[in-house]
Amino acid sequence: MSDRSATAPGGFTLHRVVERIGIHNISLLTALIGLLLIFGILRGDVFFSTRNLLNIGMGVAILGVLAISQTGVIVSGGLDISVGAMVGLTTVATAMTIQATEMAGLGIVAGLLVGGLAGLVNGIIITYGRINAVIVTLGTMAIFRGVAFILSDGQSISIFNDSFRWIGTGRILGLPAPVWILLAVVVGFYIFLHKSIVGRNYYAIGGNPIVARLSGLNIPRYRVAIYAVSGVMAGIGGILLAARTGSGQPISGSDGLELEAITAAFLGGCAMQGGRGTVVGALLGVAIIGVLNNGMILTAVPTFYQMLAKGTLLIVAVFLAEFRLNKA
Amino acid sequence: MAEPFLRMKGLTRHFGPVQALNDVTLDVHPGQVLALVGENGAGKSTMMRLIEGVFEPTRGTIEVAGRSVTFDQPRDAHAAGIRVIHQEPEIVPDLTVAENIFAGNLPRVARHFLSWPTLQAKTAELLAAFGMAHELRPRQMCSGLGPAQRQMIEIMRAVQAGGKLIAFDEPTSSLTDEETRRLFAIINRLRDDGVAIIYISHRLAEITELADRVAVLRDGALVDDLPAEGLTEERITHLMVGRPLSDMFPDRDPSTGDVVLKVEGLTTEHVSDVSLELRRGEVLGIGGLIGAGRSELAKGIFGFHRRLSGRVLLDGNELPSGDTAAAIAAGIGFAPEDRKEEALLLMQTILENAVLCVPEKVSTGGFFSRSRALKLISDISRQMRLKASSLDAPITSLSGGNQQKVVLTRWLACDLKVLILDEPTRGIDVGARSEIYDLIRNLTDSAGLGVIVISSEMTELLGLSDRVLVMADGQIRGTFDRAEATEEKVMRAAIPQGAHAAPDNNAFSKGTDR
Repeated sequence: MSDRSATAPGGFTLHRVVERIGIHNISLLTALIGLLLIFGILRGDVFFSTRNLLNIGMGVAILGVLAISQTGVIVSGGLDISVGAMVGLTTVATAMTIQATEMAGLGIVAGLLVGGLAGLVNGIIITYGRINAVIVTLGTMAIFRGVAFILSDGQSISIFNDSFRWIGTGRILGLPAPVWILLAVVVGFYIFLHKSIVGRNYYAIGGNPIVARLSGLNIPRYRVAIYAVSGVMAGIGGILLAARTGSGQPISGSDGLELEAITAAFLGGCAMQGGRGTVVGALLGVAIIGVLNNGMILTAVPTFYQMLAKGTLLIVAVFLAEFRLNKA
Repeated sequence: MAEPFLRMKGLTRHFGPVQALNDVTLDVHPGQVLALVGENGAGKSTMMRLIEGVFEPTRGTIEVAGRSVTFDQPRDAHAAGIRVIHQEPEIVPDLTVAENIFAGNLPRVARHFLSWPTLQAKTAELLAAFGMAHELRPRQMCSGLGPAQRQMIEIMRAVQAGGKLIAFDEPTSSLTDEETRRLFAIINRLRDDGVAIIYISHRLAEITELADRVAVLRDGALVDDLPAEGLTEERITHLMVGRPLSDMFPDRDPSTGDVVLKVEGLTTEHVSDVSLELRRGEVLGIGGLIGAGRSELAKGIFGFHRRLSGRVLLDGNELPSGDTAAAIAAGIGFAPEDRKEEALLLMQTILENAVLCVPEKVSTGGFFSRSRALKLISDISRQMRLKASSLDAPITSLSGGNQQKVVLTRWLACDLKVLILDEPTRGIDVGARSEIYDLIRNLTDSAGLGVIVISSEMTELLGLSDRVLVMADGQIRGTFDRAEATEEKVMRAAIPQGAHAAPDNNAFSKGTDR
């Protein structure tokens, strides 16, 4: 009992490796490897081709950005289901700005700004209106979508600016630009959530707001900020999407993007009540969803059945997360 | 003596490197009350979880009525007639009294339907037998019930399910004196009916009154198992801590300094027009009945509740209203009464819980520095004599006393001028208690802090405080110096004015820890 030394005495044992990676992440890795095996056996020829792997990378870049910011929101004790709609809105804002100014930089600024503003609206209503986050973002999901349709008059807005299109289609060292952007977001968020004091405070706020307040944390400011961050990240997602498709479409981001982002976050080990969740876990969750999506297409699972699979995955992910929490 | 109902043989349980229970051999006989005493972390709760089938023993066996058994889950233990009444009663608030009592054993008609008439009749019968008929109705919802009534429902559930051994884990911690009396009457009746009883409590007066035998645990091992007759509280304490606690409250000469905290006409939604002064080096006790507004006063001073009027001044500087961050920055610390709900982050580690209020001391450029955190916290926790396998262990792995030490560590890591402690020893055993008393002394005498202690235990309140304030109805109703403060005076001031009922001294429990 007197041994309070923080690090166990040396030795690179299996036990320590497991502890370092975390049992939860290991089960995610196992699931991922299982999926790779299945699709490898069924369609190995296509599945493991460079082109397909890059395809998966492209496919998960937007989802990854959203899943990671969603992790931040869930850790703080909230939920943001308006991210898909915010992506749609920012593609429109970006496309309109570029069409009007012919400047890629201004388009990017507009996307980030509109996303951030939309997130700020979410945060302010949730925090100061004291309304449940799910309800607020369910409402703003429809509102943001509506604004996107009104702004664009329901039309798709094309982008012909090549330097902007490069964000979605260009390559650096053989990897697509969106994948690099995802990696940057992962590193940035990892440092923010796990290493910075501000980030760690979100775990306290989500874990128990009363304790957080009695420890001197200004909870409203933190809450508003995380939704604003979620909006900015949706803006990044929107910019990536607009650059890839070469257009701003009010309808884009409505194909269950929020569902996949939330699923990935819970797969990654978030707790429904907040206070728990990791960036690495969310990234593994994203990889699982990306591989599953791609594999189902390659093995010709009908679209309608893919929807069943995705919905089931969300419920299973939350079930497993809560089950684990109750066991502990 | 008759055959024991339950026999533990060499019962051992490890949690990682921590040995929670070590080679305990103990019999529990029908028709006897066996009191189980020991400091927090001595292994009492672990033993309860083993006999209730929540954990499996690492080594050793459990025998019920001479047969060796293994419980995979509590259901198995229940089937064998073993029931544990926990500190927080496990009842479903949205069900009726009757349904809660007969949960898992509801009378049915035609196999699938609840037989309300039978249920109601059986419940009424039980309520009458327990003398609760005037207080509870079978169809009453449980959501509005107090802790004593919830506990009774659990006991009735255990009895109706044919419990042959009922273990009570700190049953009186949230009961008034009168409710405690009633509980004792019930326990005595169960004993006469031949039920084997295990009784766990920190209140030693209860043990000398109730027990037939006393088993003492220390650091997971059974140190003694002896008849209760002739045992004094003094002797039991000695056995528990392994050393005599001659005096937990030495007389002292309060050498207090200038006023550090000044509260002027503080009014919040819960307290009205409270004024007080706290000096450097002073322990200011706040007494009163439960619901008198003591915790609310603390939260008002600390800025958790918004002020409606009045001022709070620290070293002459006014603190903003409703701003806990400003209070902490100015040098006020507050350890709330409810550790699990208000003080600790249960999903996090000891270290993470301990550094919560000192981000600037454990970070470099806004980033958490583990090495700085470890250095800071291991120093303090060593002084606090924190018992933990590692600072990275989950906070929930600690006993109540050690969890409280982590809360105190959190505040000692700050540069405090004032520390407010709300029921600092609630649910904490004698040994850790005296450590906390020593610590408070140390803070006032060596570090010159002003300390406010809110306490419902008269011995603690009078023993610790240089001055005692008494609250009732959200107001201060009396101030007594150490020399003039007596139990009677405090009691008289604590009774709400215009109360029709007889004085209810129950919310004060007599200290039993000497």
